[in-house]
Amino acid sequence: MEYEAVIGLEVHVQLLTESKMFCGCSAKFGAEPNTQACPVCLGFPGVLPVLNRKAVEFAIRMALAVEGEVQPFCVFARKSYFYPDLPKGYQISQYELPLCIGGYIEIETDGGKKRVGITRIHLEEDAGKLVHEEAYVEAGTSLFDGNRCGVPLLEIVSEPDIRNPKEAHDYLVRLRQLVMYLGICDGNMEEGSIRCDANVSVRPKGSKELGTKTEVKNMNSFRNVQRALEAEISRQIRVLEAGGKIEQETLLWDPEREVVEPMRSKEFAHDYRYFPDPDLVPLYIENEWIEKVRSELPELPWRRKERFVAELGLPEYDSEVLTSERETADYFEDVVASGVPPKAASNWVMGEVLRVLKEERVGMDAFRKRIGPDRLAELIKLVQAGTVSGSIAKKVFEEMRTDPSSPKEIVEKKGLAQISDEVELSRIVDDVLSEHPQEVERYRAGKVQLLGFFVGQVMKKTRGKANPKLVNRLIREKLG
Amino acid sequence: MELWELSAYELSARIRNGELRAKDLVFSVLQRIREMEPLIHAYISLDEEGALRKAEEVDARVARGEKVGALAGVPVAVKDNICIKGGRTTCASKILENFVSPYDATVIEKLKAADVVLLGKTNLDEFAMGSSTENSYFGPTRNPHDQERVPGGSSGGSAAALAAGEAVLALGSDTGGSIRQPASFCGVVGLKPTYGRVSRYGLVAFASSLDQIGPMARNVRDTALLLKVISGYDPKDSTSAPVDVPDFTGVLDEGIEGIRIGLPREYFAEGLDDEVRERVMEAVDLLEGEGAEIVEVSLPHTKYAIATYYIIAPAEASSNLARYDGVKYGFRAEGEDLYQMYCNTRGQGFGEEVKRRIMLGTYTLSAGYYEAYYLKALKVRTLIKQDFDEAFKTCDLLATPTSPTVAFRLGEKVADPLTMYLSDVYTVSVNLAGLPGISVPCGSSDGLPVGLQLIGRPFDEETLLRVAYVVEGSLKGRSEP
Ligand SMILES: [Zn+2]
Repeated sequence: MEYEAVIGLEVHVQLLTESKMFCGCSAKFGAEPNTQACPVCLGFPGVLPVLNRKAVEFAIRMALAVEGEVQPFCVFARKSYFYPDLPKGYQISQYELPLCIGGYIEIETDGGKKRVGITRIHLEEDAGKLVHEEAYVEAGTSLFDGNRCGVPLLEIVSEPDIRNPKEAHDYLVRLRQLVMYLGICDGNMEEGSIRCDANVSVRPKGSKELGTKTEVKNMNSFRNVQRALEAEISRQIRVLEAGGKIEQETLLWDPEREVVEPMRSKEFAHDYRYFPDPDLVPLYIENEWIEKVRSELPELPWRRKERFVAELGLPEYDSEVLTSERETADYFEDVVASGVPPKAASNWVMGEVLRVLKEERVGMDAFRKRIGPDRLAELIKLVQAGTVSGSIAKKVFEEMRTDPSSPKEIVEKKGLAQISDEVELSRIVDDVLSEHPQEVERYRAGKVQLLGFFVGQVMKKTRGKANPKLVNRLIREKLG
Repeated sequence: MELWELSAYELSARIRNGELRAKDLVFSVLQRIREMEPLIHAYISLDEEGALRKAEEVDARVARGEKVGALAGVPVAVKDNICIKGGRTTCASKILENFVSPYDATVIEKLKAADVVLLGKTNLDEFAMGSSTENSYFGPTRNPHDQERVPGGSSGGSAAALAAGEAVLALGSDTGGSIRQPASFCGVVGLKPTYGRVSRYGLVAFASSLDQIGPMARNVRDTALLLKVISGYDPKDSTSAPVDVPDFTGVLDEGIEGIRIGLPREYFAEGLDDEVRERVMEAVDLLEGEGAEIVEVSLPHTKYAIATYYIIAPAEASSNLARYDGVKYGFRAEGEDLYQMYCNTRGQGFGEEVKRRIMLGTYTLSAGYYEAYYLKALKVRTLIKQDFDEAFKTCDLLATPTSPTVAFRLGEKVADPLTMYLSDVYTVSVNLAGLPGISVPCGSSDGLPVGLQLIGRPFDEETLLRVAYVVEGSLKGRSEP
């Protein structure tokens, strides 16, 4: 029998706010343990939470970007369970009245574009971290780091619209691209900025009924998500084929052994006893606020891509690559805005610029400080004006990586200007032709591919500075 | 008269003009504490050194002609569920026996800015859960009017300290009557402000939607003075209200001509002690004689108040007290694994009443029961609020007994929690509705104080104080400054 999977994803996105969700502590990742913690986020007796409005704004951005419905008012609720990394014995989250309901994220499938529905988006605070250091574990002790306590998270729950691990992967890639575009998350999976749990069931293909679902946790990279889902789907199919029944349970992905394993029951058999947090008043989100956030929303990646194709005349492929990250697209557009034809700008950004970013493992922000879009535009314009050839321009670009001078200055300094003087080039072409009488003869006998050879010789003599178009014409004329 | 007997407004005036040394006042109160504490046990901890240091600082500043705060040099007792930086805050619980707060509650910051002298932390029912101060890990407090009787609760330590002359002013907290009922039992004045009037930041939470810190004193003017100092919007408390703080003492002398006082029928029904009823009605007559208009009103949902309260308060408490798990601070009992450590810590660290309420609250919030209990209680709470809204259409404030009885005997109700809960019958609705309420002495029954409760419109503490001031003046006679 053929089976299909039904998958829904719950994604936690760590928000890039300066401070934590309910106190003034820094929310930055990577500080010394317990240096970014205070009585409020550590849940000391008597403290009270105060909502960070920036976190709400970020959530509204996300809601608008997926075309979800921002709720006019929402409520924070306490989710209760005991765990040593949870200082208050409850997590402040949202339950019955989340910040956003509905929306979708579009992915590309073999069958064309597909919308994965969003059930809800809500805000919640992160828990702390338990550190299990060997010396302490031996003594039966774990260490606690409160830096992460109260860091704002956005939980994005999808509809069970995903049908295979590849779609799950593509959904996550889109989601990550989006949150980075919106400037609300750094997208760093290794640091846990994006975390994903999945609900998975399988059913005979064509069936409308849902099978029993399991929850898969601990998938800390996109690749892991895909592999864990593959493993779980085949496990479920194996069980069903053998006439067994799927147990509703929570499973952990073990990336080393590449298997999913049930969690011990005590760890998840929770009744979370949600109820509205009486320390926080209901959050009313007025229309003006929503409209203000909407007006400040950046152009979304897929819209931008469509525009690059429709308005700038770029190929689909270029548009996809350029819009994959907002900073790249911004850079590209700045180059175009400096008066460079879009395709030329695209070639340079996709080629040289992205190569350097990859080579040096630097971000676009850092690169932009060294070679600004206006400086790159100036270089491209030199090519277009015929001052330098394309290959010389690449040399100039290399210089620009360390030399802050303008491209023009570099060209002058290094004597790289193109020779477009017809008289001078004519003389050099004559020299080349007279030095290679045999090749001239063969050319005239019909071996026209030798044109490249002559051009190469001229370039050699001019150290690449000759205007290739002119050289071509001169050679053809003289041999014709 | 001894210094410790005097009122705060008189003492602070004398200290500020250099007539009286704050240090002498502190000596006088500390001496009184030494005499009375073995009998009363109002305090859990005392900070004699800190108190003397602060008094000396005030004296020095007065001597140099510097400006000092509104309550400079006045000795204040603080209920031990309000955090003072660097000192123990125990909530009368074993689980926080040695907990030292790393920060000041907002009210403490305000008291410090007013240059009061903080004497120490007063006894209470564990985590403010109780009506007799018998549920304290550190043992009960006794009523200064009769040491065989309870001082009421849960702010019994603060009330008893005032009645015994062991403090000039005190802070209490009130979740279902915990300021007003002990004030009534001990013959002092206690005011529960409108929910949101005083910041809860630094008050160890019992039931967050009901808790308020409030002033307690031996007279109405002192109560008004202390209320003014601790009130005001606090950005650290999302539930505090951005409303102006009036000068509560300014209205005291305005009289009550034309004020309409409502008597809620349901508060004078079955279960009310006859003598308490008489004292309260005498006070009402007296107010009528002073020009108030008396009207009868009805609060029809009163009969559901106790049940509603004992669903909402334990539900919030079960969540608020989840943080005491032995992991980060406070008492920890060992266990063979994490789960056993939790069980042992909470099993040994909390007292019976606290455990009872945590279990109640955990139950009513559980899946399958939430709608039937918690959600329903919230709906009844709304009805109770609407009762008051309706009543305030025909009157400016309500007058009721504070408690159905005078102070009862120690041990009398410990074994029967339900009877104990009923002693809050007249006070809990005020918390459910978020209204201000005050208890002011209105005579006695067999030598034990009786309290009159006045309930006002939201943020109208002024009218309560004004009327209470008239009651006080008429019954006690007044020696004004
Ligand atoms: Zn913090």
